[in-house]
Amino acid sequence: MTLELDGAELARRINEALPGAATEWNGAYVWVEPESLLDVARFLKDTPDLDFSTLRGITAVDYVEHFEIIYHLLSMRRNHSVVLKTRRFGREEPTIDSVIGIWKGADLQEREVWDLMGVRFEGHPNMKRVLLWEGFPGHPLRKDFIR
Amino acid sequence: MPIQTEPVTINLGPQHPSTHGVFRLRVTFDGELVLDVEPIFGYLHRGTEKLAEERTYVQIVTLTDRLDYVASMTNNQAYTRAVEKLSCIDVPERAQYLRGITAELQRIASHLISTGFLLQEMGTFGGTPLMYCFRERERILDMFEMLCGARITVSYMRPGGVTQDAPPEFWEALAVFTRDMPGYIDDLEGLISDNEVVLARTRDVGILSDELAVAGSVTGPMLRASGVQWDLRKADPYEIYDRVEFDVPIGATGDTFDRYIVRVQEMRESVRIIEQCVEQIPGGPVRSDAPFFMRPPAGDAYAAVEAPKGELGFYLVSDGGISPYRCKIRSPSFINMNVLKDMLVGWKMGDLIIIFGSTDIVMGEVDR
Repeated sequence: MTLELDGAELARRINEALPGAATEWNGAYVWVEPESLLDVARFLKDTPDLDFSTLRGITAVDYVEHFEIIYHLLSMRRNHSVVLKTRRFGREEPTIDSVIGIWKGADLQEREVWDLMGVRFEGHPNMKRVLLWEGFPGHPLRKDFIR
Repeated sequence: MPIQTEPVTINLGPQHPSTHGVFRLRVTFDGELVLDVEPIFGYLHRGTEKLAEERTYVQIVTLTDRLDYVASMTNNQAYTRAVEKLSCIDVPERAQYLRGITAELQRIASHLISTGFLLQEMGTFGGTPLMYCFRERERILDMFEMLCGARITVSYMRPGGVTQDAPPEFWEALAVFTRDMPGYIDDLEGLISDNEVVLARTRDVGILSDELAVAGSVTGPMLRASGVQWDLRKADPYEIYDRVEFDVPIGATGDTFDRYIVRVQEMRESVRIIEQCVEQIPGGPVRSDAPFFMRPPAGDAYAAVEAPKGELGFYLVSDGGISPYRCKIRSPSFINMNVLKDMLVGWKMGDLIIIFGSTDIVMGEVDR
């Protein structure tokens, strides 16, 4: 069975290495500060007993007052997983750091989140729409999108 | 003085570079050599994730059929597992076995298509092996018709189980199928695996290294062909997979031939799983009494299955209403395209079509 790491324990370890980075935890979820996302990602990937070498998926949810960006992480060698979440407030083109330098698998998924949800990833070398065409008005998965 | 050549950019598609759906590759060539590749998606984008926000949990099952339309059963399975996890519904034993049998049949059907089209793309036999593959797939589709009346868009599974129990003729057809299939796979392999043309065109072509595959979030037979032993059925066994014995075939080099041979070996393992399921299947109900208008408690859940193309996952967010607040589909075909450029650059035009064919993507799932 893929072990879901305990969020509280992982948050404690993240805060030990990067003080103040993890703000909340619940079950297998850990919320991190968007500013320290890249550091946390690097920590999770490079710490040998965590070894989160695979980014299963990136997604975003529009909770109207904020966007939540969700990273499903997996270690194939150790067969455990964790869900990393971060919040971005503000609806006018929210931005967050791209993790493409850490996980190559973020490439198309970050483009998809930008295309459909309108969260821009800073540092992505090719931040273009992927499913819709350039010039499409708005981002359809937002709750205030009107057809 | 050496002859100067200029790179030429050509659109392959959007009609069909290799019959996987409507897809465009913008390729920059130097002569025949591929210098740069840019895949362009979206021709089949139907906004499935948005549509799901306006439908009830049971209605969404029909949307999932239309994602990877050559493997609807596993789409149903991934989605219903996410709903079951979200609302803590148990699935009766018999339904779990029926799901296991249909999912493995679907895996065989999908791998047959993938293998058939790979040969078609090589242009070696002018369509004959494709028709051999379709002949066997037809028998699987006939069995699906016995189960639920549909062949492609099956919607056979529901949150809490499957729609109805299998009729007696299904079991007869299944027994004949599992008896014949290993011999048929031998025939197919005899036709292909030792064929000199196939070997020359696939061996050491389009190598995907294991580090790149893991870093690029690649899953499924493509990952296993690169030598990484990762199969959700083994690593995170769901439903019946901890009660059956099977092996996870892996490739040695991650070339096009390995991607083909891993799929063929997986078909054999699928037949093994089906045989064990038929032996073990208990009686009893096939569906727990989940309501039609489900209102899962507020929260979120992610569930994934090993679909024929890789890890197919659904991430559902519920706000307590009758439709999901957000329904994210982690589609393996789409995410496997992360490494497409790395696999294609440096090869020739003719190799490009074969390497792309061996990735086995379906545009319904890529564009959603």
